[in-house]
Amino acid sequence: MAGISFKMAATRRVPQFIWYLTNELIPIRNNESVVWIVIERLVVRMDLEKQKSAPVYEALERFRKQRVVPFDVPGHKRGRGNPELVTLLGEKCVSLDVNSMKPLDNLCHPVSVILDAEKLAAEAFRAAHAYFMVGGTTSAVQSMVLTACKAGDKIILPRNVHRSVINALVLCGAEPVYVNPEVDNHIGIALGMELSKVQEAIEKYPDAKAILVNNPTYYGICSDLRSIVKLAHEHNMMVLVDEAHGTHLYFNENLPVSAMEAGADMAAVSMHKSGGSLTQSSLLLLGENVNTRYVEQIINLTQTTSASYLLLSSLDISRRNLALRGRESFEKVKNMAEYARSEINSIGGYYAYGKELVNGSSIFDYDVTKLSVYTRDIGLTGIEVYDLLRDEYDIQIEFGDIGNILAYISIGDRMQDIERLVGALEDIKRLYSKPTSKLHNAEYIAPIVAATPQKAFYAAKELVPIRETAGRICGEFVMCYPPGIPILAPGEMITEEIIDYTLYAKEKGCSMQGPEDGSLEKLNVLK
Amino acid sequence: MEFWFSEMHTDNVKMSIRVDKQLFSATSDYQKIDVFDSAEFGKFLTSDGSVIFSEKDEFTYDEMIVHVPMAVHPHVRKVLVIGGGDGGVARELSHYDEIEEIDVVEPDEMFVNVCREFFPDNACGLDDPRVRLHNRDGLRFLRGKTDEYDLIINDSTDPLGHTAGLFTKEFYGSCYKALKEDGIMVYQHGSPFFDEDEETCRAMHKKAFKSFPVSRVYQAHIPTCPSGYWLFGFASKKYHPIKDLDAKRWNDRGIKTWYYTTNLHMGAFMLPKYVEDLLREEESKK
Repeated sequence: MAGISFKMAATRRVPQFIWYLTNELIPIRNNESVVWIVIERLVVRMDLEKQKSAPVYEALERFRKQRVVPFDVPGHKRGRGNPELVTLLGEKCVSLDVNSMKPLDNLCHPVSVILDAEKLAAEAFRAAHAYFMVGGTTSAVQSMVLTACKAGDKIILPRNVHRSVINALVLCGAEPVYVNPEVDNHIGIALGMELSKVQEAIEKYPDAKAILVNNPTYYGICSDLRSIVKLAHEHNMMVLVDEAHGTHLYFNENLPVSAMEAGADMAAVSMHKSGGSLTQSSLLLLGENVNTRYVEQIINLTQTTSASYLLLSSLDISRRNLALRGRESFEKVKNMAEYARSEINSIGGYYAYGKELVNGSSIFDYDVTKLSVYTRDIGLTGIEVYDLLRDEYDIQIEFGDIGNILAYISIGDRMQDIERLVGALEDIKRLYSKPTSKLHNAEYIAPIVAATPQKAFYAAKELVPIRETAGRICGEFVMCYPPGIPILAPGEMITEEIIDYTLYAKEKGCSMQGPEDGSLEKLNVLK
Repeated sequence: MEFWFSEMHTDNVKMSIRVDKQLFSATSDYQKIDVFDSAEFGKFLTSDGSVIFSEKDEFTYDEMIVHVPMAVHPHVRKVLVIGGGDGGVARELSHYDEIEEIDVVEPDEMFVNVCREFFPDNACGLDDPRVRLHNRDGLRFLRGKTDEYDLIINDSTDPLGHTAGLFTKEFYGSCYKALKEDGIMVYQHGSPFFDEDEETCRAMHKKAFKSFPVSRVYQAHIPTCPSGYWLFGFASKKYHPIKDLDAKRWNDRGIKTWYYTTNLHMGAFMLPKYVEDLLREEESKK
């Protein structure tokens, strides 16, 4: 046992502050014997009194009461010019759809209420800086990549990154270095980034500028973020975290470590997923040692100059709600998910996985607010169960893939709805289950990056029969579900081995996605 | 003093009852419960602003949901009542000596307590020694129950409110599984009259029709329900509601009723044309 063992006591509340005690075990070595001393340390998380304010929202309220006559955009003029829109969205909503102006600040260069709201968000997420984003988490991810890399720079990525990351590479011209994730052979999903593989990549490409980690994954799998950050910083690399599915990690100490807590440099947080804000609103968080001026320039490269106040105020209000009530809310979400898991597992045939998957490396931790269920043992694919739930039971879940379904549980859910979901799954098993068939298990072929995604994107391409493409550079994505990790990405060398594997996977009934020619007879390659 | 309780039956239709006084108001984990006293309907209870039952017309509902299946099924030993926390259904069931067990599953404890306090004539049904009251979610209670009940009565309130889960395909599926091979399930079927409610009514029949070999609909006149016209569903694995009606057997029991008779039983399944049409339409859908 080396170093410091970190244990968190329950977060407690005293008026005004949220704080918690951490017990740190400090080893005192004396010849062969080791004495451990427990030091209790008080950590103040945030000032609750301050978090009760919502500057953007309050400014909008003040503005509404002033009854200012609008001779500016938007042209619907508080909805008067578009009565049908008012009928659909309501008077209150359209009257808040206003332009940037002095009392409401400006997202492109915040100096007053937006800046104040961003400071409160930074404090609530324990980040050095926070930016309100109105172009979805995609815009936050792109800002991270563009901040860390310029043309020709290398960036270390897990092979199963979100499309928005590759698109960012197309924009900036950086070169991807992929780390292949392990795939769980039973449930068929891609797992987290293993420390040993990150280390290998760093040793092989010591000039890489940054490491991007997808944490937690859609399925709730977490990597060893603290160790990855430590390792990356030792090699002067930035750590960027795609935390699209992890807003809640910041508000409950019984969940996996968040990016900022782990010391990451930047994190893209989908407030609109578990945070409760409006679709398309998001947060970009920065750690201590990032040049904020530069990040602001990068954001403004692609950000709208007419940011929606509906989105901005929803971020502000959601931040306040999370700061004041997030802990209780996510405790409830966690309990609902755990309850659903145990109920679904007791039906038999389904496997709702949880913490038991944790293995110390490729599954370093598991986000228990997620409810992912492996369905193949009742003879149905995740997609089939997904369709049955919607068509026959009026239940819409987040997605189904070949082997799994994912039901999204959030602060808006009620116990009686959980009962419906469990009841429906039981009924599906009773009425629709079939003999099981074996899943095709993917193995990985390490890609050879022959051109950057940017070069491949802009290059002239031609469609060539797939058998004749060996030795050519691929111009598009080829993905195989499961487990949804690209076999080929734009700019990668096609080999005989890859062609064989692709055709084999297709023959085995995997769903092949990405290529322009859906039948996969032909592939787009660089001329 | 003008003091009226009003309930919107549609956006454009309002039913109002002059209230003498309000006796109770509180919000439980599931619903807002109010109890009023009135000259015309006596005491009545509302959930989230909708009338659940009144002293004046409660007998129609409770008799129709209990005696119809009881006059058909030849040997009911074990009954499950989902909802039914007021005790009215249990009270009607207690007339039958051959019943051995009655499980009443009502998640809302406050609802039961309010009924015990203000509607003792209903709640007395819960004191029958054969009744076991379970404070649990209905779907949760049903899960894992197989081949156990002769009769399931879905006495939950509102297909759109907090009991929505009890009007779904998974609920009918769970009931099917929990019933014995000749079991019967009866349930509230809503009212088909107003456009707003028609869709729900159709969807319910479609689900039951798909889940059970026999699925018929019967009707009753209940003044406090939207349009005053209410339907019930009769879903069964074996018995037909009219062909298997044993009128003599039922009449020999000498149960005192105010609404139900075995003649009315036959008539209740004879539906208006527009109702028959919409049910047939659902049956013909794939």
